Amino acid sequence: MKAAPFEYARPETVGEAVDVLTEHGEEAKLLAGGQSLVPLLALRFAQPRLLVDLNGVDELSGIRALDDGGVAIGAMTRTRALETDPLVRDRLPLAHEAAPLIAHRAIRNRGTVGGSLAHADAAAEMPAVLVALRGTVTARGPAGVRKLAAGDLFRGHYTTALEPDEVLTEVRLPPLGPNTGTAFVEHVRRHGDFAIVGAGVTLTLEQGRCTDATIAVIGVADRPFAADAAVAVLVGQDFGEGAAHAAGVGAAAALTPTSDVHASAAYRKHLTEVLVRRALLLAARRAVG
Amino acid sequence: MAEPVRIDVVVNGEQRAGFAEPRTTLADFLREELALTGTHLGCEHGVCGACTVMVGGDAVRSCLMLAVQAAGTQVTTVEGLADDVHGRALQRAFTAEHALQCGFCTPGFLLTALELLREADPGGLGDDEIREAISGNLCRCTGYENIVTAVRTAGGNIGG
Repeated sequence: MKAAPFEYARPETVGEAVDVLTEHGEEAKLLAGGQSLVPLLALRFAQPRLLVDLNGVDELSGIRALDDGGVAIGAMTRTRALETDPLVRDRLPLAHEAAPLIAHRAIRNRGTVGGSLAHADAAAEMPAVLVALRGTVTARGPAGVRKLAAGDLFRGHYTTALEPDEVLTEVRLPPLGPNTGTAFVEHVRRHGDFAIVGAGVTLTLEQGRCTDATIAVIGVADRPFAADAAVAVLVGQDFGEGAAHAAGVGAAAALTPTSDVHASAAYRKHLTEVLVRRALLLAARRAVG
Repeated sequence: MAEPVRIDVVVNGEQRAGFAEPRTTLADFLREELALTGTHLGCEHGVCGACTVMVGGDAVRSCLMLAVQAAGTQVTTVEGLADDVHGRALQRAFTAEHALQCGFCTPGFLLTALELLREADPGGLGDDEIREAISGNLCRCTGYENIVTAVRTAGGNIGG
């Protein structure tokens, strides 16, 4: 239960971090909050030659308002900040609601927004928040800066489109439109566990009719699952109990989850149905409230 | 630099120094290099909460932080609890309410509860709030009831 030896670098700028990654390639691993990577090191599932600690890179931390009404979150911003920051509370209620569901306080004090996205656990909340809010991430590598949409970032279990020499630097979340409500709900055995299934949704209503929606489900696929087919049916309809139920059924029907020690595939599909319905109904109340 | 490096850190108000390889966790550094064995290591991968300490005023799992990352910070361990008004209230309440049996998990519970108490509403703590706060700390003896009672009691008895 002790990590294998590694070299340690603590750059102070993103540029320095990229330089170190460029030099060492796949032998180097970035360390953000460490709440997922350090256990992997302790269990020796990960044995990098070099650990590049981003905790000294001040430019990667912070939450700021964007002129378009959106929010930019630095990759090294602690998860805890999503619970306490007034800008997140006001502009990103979905992130504000999802944050306390992430592990435990001591984990959120260290864990980071960018770290969770780059780790890409299919049961984690942050990736679903990014998908549901149609966010983008910025990555910087030796060739420069590029932006990736949420749908392009996640490629599978613990796998993203980030290159080994790239640093995820920032998350950008666009503003919610008017008459839009959001909700994040999940089912866990114990508070702070990874969700068996969870759903993050946004819903826009105009005079009772759904004009826009997003649905992201966690714990059911190899990445946060965007239930686009269910959304396509929902948009344009009058919203109510029936439409919410149909969206839940539609989201579940599009899934082929796996069974494991925590839950069977059938139970995960059932939870998807129930949680998507509940999240949409909650979001609807908030959209008009 | 996989070789040991010097780490200067303030622990429980005292300036301390020691050496650790980059792979050494803060928990192992506190126990083995600084001889502060009050911090207990249960699972060593961030699940049990026994090794919880405070770094810069935030509760963190010392098995999930490298010692080199603690350089230049202020750390509070269970050995420093009596220096804090909330810490003393917790010590008294854990004793009075019999909130420990074997005691292995207790340092983690105390530091987790310390963060909760420092931020608590003066009106007192609700049991749901306490249970949620300690949900990341495992205790195999008590069944938690007396721990919840102790934290609630400590929250109502600050001072002295």
